[in-house]
Amino acid sequence: MTDFSRLGVASIRDGVAKGEFKAVEVAEALNTRVAAAKALNAFIVETPEKAIEAAQAVDADRAASKPLGKMAGVPIGMKDLFCTEGVQTTAASHILEGFVPTYESTVSANLWKAGAGMLGKLNMDQFAMGSSNETSYFGNVISPWRRNDGGNVALAPGGSSGGSSSAIAARLCPAATGTDTGGSIRQPAAFVGISGIKPTYGRCSRWGVVAFASSLDQAGPMARDVRDCAIMLEAMAGFDPKDSTSLDLPVPAWEAGLNSDLRGKKIGIPKEYRLDGIDEDIAQMWDNGIAWLKDAGAEIVDISLPHTKYALPAYYIIAPAEASSNLARYDGVRFGLRDLPEGAGLQDMYAATRAAGFGEEVRRRIMIGTYVLSAGFYDAYYTQAQKVRALIARDFENAWSQCDLILAPTAPSAAFGLGEKTSDPLSMYLNDVFAVPASLAGLPAMSVPGGLSKEGLPLGLQIIGKALDEQGVLDAGLAIEQRSGFTAEAGEWW
Amino acid sequence: MTETAFPLKRGGADASGTLMSVDKDTVNKIARLSRIAINDAEADKMVGELNGILAWVEQLGEVDCTGVEPMTAVIPNKLRLRDDVVTDGDVRDKVLANAPAKEGSFFGVPKVIE
Repeated sequence: MTDFSRLGVASIRDGVAKGEFKAVEVAEALNTRVAAAKALNAFIVETPEKAIEAAQAVDADRAASKPLGKMAGVPIGMKDLFCTEGVQTTAASHILEGFVPTYESTVSANLWKAGAGMLGKLNMDQFAMGSSNETSYFGNVISPWRRNDGGNVALAPGGSSGGSSSAIAARLCPAATGTDTGGSIRQPAAFVGISGIKPTYGRCSRWGVVAFASSLDQAGPMARDVRDCAIMLEAMAGFDPKDSTSLDLPVPAWEAGLNSDLRGKKIGIPKEYRLDGIDEDIAQMWDNGIAWLKDAGAEIVDISLPHTKYALPAYYIIAPAEASSNLARYDGVRFGLRDLPEGAGLQDMYAATRAAGFGEEVRRRIMIGTYVLSAGFYDAYYTQAQKVRALIARDFENAWSQCDLILAPTAPSAAFGLGEKTSDPLSMYLNDVFAVPASLAGLPAMSVPGGLSKEGLPLGLQIIGKALDEQGVLDAGLAIEQRSGFTAEAGEWW
Repeated sequence: MTETAFPLKRGGADASGTLMSVDKDTVNKIARLSRIAINDAEADKMVGELNGILAWVEQLGEVDCTGVEPMTAVIPNKLRLRDDVVTDGDVRDKVLANAPAKEGSFFGVPKVIE
């Protein structure tokens, strides 16, 4: 009997299409795995009936010889940032606990239309603010990975898409949606040894996605290999008139276009990413990645992205500023939590509701955002950060005159233990040092597994491409995947 | 990249042009502007955290941004206009479905005017 947990998106889609097995069999098998993996806390809500319903529809379509969609028969996890009609959507916050959308996000609707089914809503950092999945109101997500020291230290699955990364690495689902504002797809993918791509800003509609920082938020797929990411991104992407920043462009056939022959391609290696005191394992993995891309025919060139060190501080002005504005909508009036102390007026109700409903990190970022946008500080902080952001984008523009793609590590270290970085917000923020520049510039960027650390934990390689060149990014990712020989997986302790 | 003073000569800066650190009164003011109730202990804790983060982001002041326009759109895209016609609506019950308090077809709020 087929172990459906071992099949990826392409294998399930093809097997269902060929009649090797029924979509319902896959959905049932994965529903069982999800239900048995409570120890990971990857799901906030499980929706086995949705997975079965979608699978039955695909099986019926096949029986009737109707054309099948790009994701037909593939059960997936849905990050709890995507509004799903009739299914609680919380962004892992208390303030949205019990919120049941009366509409469906464009990205999730696209996936259901393509024949995917929903296993459940995935846990995440609250409002996507975090890099370790420790800010969720619904508890930490645990990585299925453990260090090879024999200890049982619970490790972070990365964040903010930590439920997605944990569930995929634990083979509860072949793929899941993620969102990436400053690394929230790539860093968790790197931490658990899977792949994930953030497309060019505007490829995936933001409509129906709980907003964090609108000029940065982008949805993307996470899966166990590059081909599966390509398939799922095709299903997710596309023009949406309901999102004013949606790109009115056709969706390329990324899967059909996959080509790991990189002859004629130039890969830039940014010297500023080689930080002083860079982790030895990370440096070694990066060198291996360079060798693999050379082997695939690419030419390696040294490049400079001079404003790299300013990306993170600029991000921590821009993202909180946008968040403070976006999260103003949670007022205890129209939806979500209301905390109305005895005798309180409207203003007191707002303040009490928001104090009770937002977690500590969310409150901190709203306050930073409010401060940097306040009278007298706006130009010094926000305008200056947006100028620096323009310079960071210009750095990439200049680099493209020398190279086609950029190779760098995804994160500065392997996964850390839960609780190791929670006492100091800054040390947590530094996790995204390599991921944030591409976010600020709106560029497509992907993480693929690059090897294991000495502790036996996955490390990720990041490929950054020109705007709209997801194909180039996926191709280089595939070239690495074919050469890295990465087959390690987490032992099943849960 | 040339070292330039943080370009701040008005509110929020002291006479030398450097940003003042945030004190507890300021934290309370930000909390009020943010519509987030905080108690004394939280305000004390926030003073240190905000100052740490603000001191770190102030390195942006080193960057010479002369002649640089602040970014407004990350990917060139033109804002679309649509025909000025009704395309949506008549969904009152859906809009009210998640209201924490409603009265008839209205959102319920505490008394605003005495």
